[in-house]
Amino acid sequence: MDKLKKVLVIIPAYNEEKIIKKVVEEIRDTNSNIDIVVINDGSTDNTQIEAKKAKGEVVSLPINLGIGGAVQTGFKYAYQNNYDIAIQIDGDGQHDPKYIKDLLRPILENDIDTVIGSRFINNEGYQSTFVRKLGIKVFQTINSILIKQRITDSTSGIRAYNRKAIELLKDNYPIDYPEPEVIILLGKRNFRIKEIPVKMRSRSEGVSSISGIKSLYYMIKVIISIMIEYRRMCDE
Amino acid sequence: MNRIQIISILASLLLIYTIYRLVHRKKMREQYAILWFFTGAIFVVFSIFRGLLDSISKFMGIYYPPATLTLIIIFLGVLLAIHFSIVISKLTGDNEKLIQEIALLKHKIEKIETKIDK
Repeated sequence: MDKLKKVLVIIPAYNEEKIIKKVVEEIRDTNSNIDIVVINDGSTDNTQIEAKKAKGEVVSLPINLGIGGAVQTGFKYAYQNNYDIAIQIDGDGQHDPKYIKDLLRPILENDIDTVIGSRFINNEGYQSTFVRKLGIKVFQTINSILIKQRITDSTSGIRAYNRKAIELLKDNYPIDYPEPEVIILLGKRNFRIKEIPVKMRSRSEGVSSISGIKSLYYMIKVIISIMIEYRRMCDE
Repeated sequence: MNRIQIISILASLLLIYTIYRLVHRKKMREQYAILWFFTGAIFVVFSIFRGLLDSISKFMGIYYPPATLTLIIIFLGVLLAIHFSIVISKLTGDNEKLIQEIALLKHKIEKIETKIDK
């Protein structure tokens, strides 16, 4: 399936000792020709030890940077090791690796630059809280206006990026709440973005890193960042 | 609208515009700009809506409303400074961790190099 392209799965993980081994093994079971790197984002538990047990590569950040910094580290790793395609999958077990081949297909066959696994194309699977759903609706609108593409799930963390996107994102990746901002970043530079339908599983263990009032803060912050990023792009 | 109000509005807009340009040129990160934009917003609102400022002055027992605005801005300045102290504290801690990590890595590398030489 990889047609001689080097594919890397990037798994950002923070304090996921209970499930990270299973996540890595599940990916390996469903996709044999693929490399895996777990980016251990300064976990305070045994995430590193558990990930190493599953025979994936592990890169441990000495300090917690958050999902943005962790995934960016993954892009740097992908770039330095000459990978053609990078797939992002969360370390908490929410993402089913069976979608990996579906994520790869548009990149390999149709020259798409970025593929996003969307929960909302078909409106199925695990749905999140009201606040998050509202935020997602807001981002959908912003995206349609700014980049003239309809992205239904901007916060989805299951994605695939081709080499062109990796080269850009390894140096330019938003820190706080990167998933929606990246879409603007890529969209305004005319990267081809496509979505495929996915179902996500509910978080098996642990707590979501974004919740309640924090969600509101992030929404405001991301909206400001998106607006400014958009203006930056207009100037180029 | 009197002169001080005009000056106040212009100053507040200049502040907001300055912060916006800094973020645009990537000299300031968005997360740090939020508090500045909030400060600018309060500044501009109280500059434009003189009645609002007057009401608050009365409530606080301040005779001269422009002094109230000064007080509010000083208070916001204190908030900003506290925010910076928090950010600097984290950076200091992270910096210490990195320094130690690097020292230990250097040591590991030196040991590996001597092993290779043998």
